[in-house]
Amino acid sequence: MEQGPAGGSAAAAAAAAAATVTTTGGTGGLLLPLSESEQQRYSELFSRCCPPPEAAAGGSSVGELFRASQLPPDTLHQITEVCGAKRVGYFGPAQFYLALKLIAAAQSGFPVRIESIKNELPLPRFMALKNDSEVRYGTPAELHGVKFQVPHATSEKNSYKRTDEGDKQEPKSPPMSPICSPPASPSTYQRVSLSYGYGKSRSGLEQQHGAPYEVRHSTHQQDGPSSGNYGAHCSTLNRSLSAEREQQESSSHYSDDPWRITEEQRDYYINQFRSLQPDLNSFISGSVAKNFFTKSKLPIPELSHIWELSDVDCDGALTLPEFCAAFHLVVARKNGYQLPETLPETLLPEYLQAASLKPLRDCTLFDSYSESLPGNQQPRDFSRMEKTSAEEVPDNSTLLQDGKKDDKPALKVSTALKTIPKEFQHLTVKTAAQESNALKARPRSRSYSSTSIEDAMKKGEEPPTPPPRPQKSHSRASSLDLNKIFQQGTQAVRSGWLPPPPPALPPRPSVSQAEQPSEVELHPQMNRPPSQAEENSSAKKEVVLAQPPSKPARRKLRTEAQGLETPELSPTINVTSSLPAAKSHLPVQKQSSKQKRAIQTAIRKNKEANAVLARLNSELQQQLKEVHKERIALETQLEQLRPVTVL
Amino acid sequence: VSIICSSPQNYPLYIRSVPTENELKFHYTVHTSLDVVDEKISAMGKALVDQRELYLGLLYPTEDYKVYGYVTNSKVKFVMVVDSSNTALRDNEIRSMFRKLHNSYTDIMCNPFYNPGDRIHSRAFDTMVNSMMMQVC
Repeated sequence: MEQGPAGGSAAAAAAAAAATVTTTGGTGGLLLPLSESEQQRYSELFSRCCPPPEAAAGGSSVGELFRASQLPPDTLHQITEVCGAKRVGYFGPAQFYLALKLIAAAQSGFPVRIESIKNELPLPRFMALKNDSEVRYGTPAELHGVKFQVPHATSEKNSYKRTDEGDKQEPKSPPMSPICSPPASPSTYQRVSLSYGYGKSRSGLEQQHGAPYEVRHSTHQQDGPSSGNYGAHCSTLNRSLSAEREQQESSSHYSDDPWRITEEQRDYYINQFRSLQPDLNSFISGSVAKNFFTKSKLPIPELSHIWELSDVDCDGALTLPEFCAAFHLVVARKNGYQLPETLPETLLPEYLQAASLKPLRDCTLFDSYSESLPGNQQPRDFSRMEKTSAEEVPDNSTLLQDGKKDDKPALKVSTALKTIPKEFQHLTVKTAAQESNALKARPRSRSYSSTSIEDAMKKGEEPPTPPPRPQKSHSRASSLDLNKIFQQGTQAVRSGWLPPPPPALPPRPSVSQAEQPSEVELHPQMNRPPSQAEENSSAKKEVVLAQPPSKPARRKLRTEAQGLETPELSPTINVTSSLPAAKSHLPVQKQSSKQKRAIQTAIRKNKEANAVLARLNSELQQQLKEVHKERIALETQLEQLRPVTVL
Repeated sequence: VSIICSSPQNYPLYIRSVPTENELKFHYTVHTSLDVVDEKISAMGKALVDQRELYLGLLYPTEDYKVYGYVTNSKVKFVMVVDSSNTALRDNEIRSMFRKLHNSYTDIMCNPFYNPGDRIHSRAFDTMVNSMMMQVC
């Protein structure tokens, strides 16, 4: 396949030259006519996807680009096949240009065939390839998995079908670009990725989970190089173990969760556990675990938190599931995930124990695997280390040099860590369950760790009956009959306080409501013919006066008030009867007089209350003085008795 | 309400106060109460250390609030200051709160990454203390 007449740009020329060089006749020497605009656009896209020195476009950026075209994934898959990238294993310029042409064809509605690109086609449309997630995602209507960036162009195509929600992994895109530039590995990288894609497509297409699959891949971008490693990892597994594929399938079932441990991870953890403690059913002690996890170079507070989360029974030792959970959390943290506040459900020991039965069977298989893996991956790791600027690099190198952790980068790669925000949504739902689990776990340990305390507590609690509550009023002053006085005082106070509001209220809206609220019966009375009302009201007042016999003070006051009020009321009532039109004056008059009354009574009440309280105060002061005296006496005694202290 | 956990050497390992104004006042009160705690411990006599009760009870009441103390077997002290107006708190409740504190403290000790004498940063401990304080307030 050759490029058509070279476009104006130098890049295009260079690309064309490169294209002729790299043409491997993947498509059987097909002539691809490109118009000038197409040339320009394609070369621009190509250079964007891979910096000029390289001959091949990085799979990641190609994947981005293809996704931005918003074509369905199988179309993109087809395109990749047709353009020959599959065959050669990388996106050379020839393949790239062909692919772009095919995309244009597909977008115009043509089938993906070589023939279709013979026609004049518009330029392929891509959403703006910014790192801005909003821009990338286009309209909500087109949810063809535009979301995440994954290094594997082909593997991602499987996930295009799935709609993605809320995955904002854009900040991770910068680390992706270094992947394009690595000198040695891209070809192998993409070849591997393609084979991985194959494997995945077979196993993955059956799965129609909305979230899990793409979420799984979304995490790949979290650690750019590591995900490539994972691809390599998976492909090697695919090739050599057919049984592995089922494992992968099942593991991808689980991969909707960054906190779920995949089979490979679990086996890796189990191996690590075994290296620390040969017996899988026993614990790893705290100090041993501490040394082990300190090697991961996470800060101590975080390690402390991880321990807190994973040591569910709080015994200072890690059983196998606890260890797996802890290790998984360490890995997650290293990959940039924030640690959760509570242990996710999938990391609970009970859950892990149930799930752990399966991998133990295949342990032997994987044992042989883990040996072969480091061999494969170390060269790749080293190469990748040069590329990445992620913080894992120094860790990787040091760890690799350690020798003990040589699998760790591979493992990081293999983690199927997912979007955190999504997961925290799940987690918040599950926190209640976890809390209950945590609480359930607690009592187990509590039984043996705190029995002594509990016993002491119980012994302390049982014998003494609760001492009689000190009375609200002064216990020391119980000698005085303060209680009585106080109660009387309060009563008087209460009684004094209650009436003032009622009188204050009455001189409000209407004459009828001018009566005290307690005399509700009067209201209808007042509304009736005033002549009657006069008698009735006075009669009612007498009745009301008689009503509270228990409050002599109040009654007295009331009678006073009433006495004062009745003469007031009756003339006013008469006035109202005579002059209904002049009602407006009367309420005012009445109100003012009422208010005066009310204020006067209130003043009286408050004075009384003051007097009572003052009396109380003086008595208490006396008490206090006495107590002070006593205290001073006791203190002097103590001083005399105590041996001389040296300061 | 305020909860303080202090080491055997009488420096604080964990301080938490709700409401946060007047924190200094709480701290001062707690500091002075440490003297009272020490007094109570020493008053028991050396021979009876095992039989000494861990819960010290009401250390002293002031006008606004009450101070309760609790000492673990490793001489780690817990001091709790509560409002006097909150009379609903009974002795048993205070005891249970101290017991919870002690349990959480032992959980922290189980963590190999925690060195005794460090300040306590454990989130589990924090949440437990928060829930307790919410209960009290």
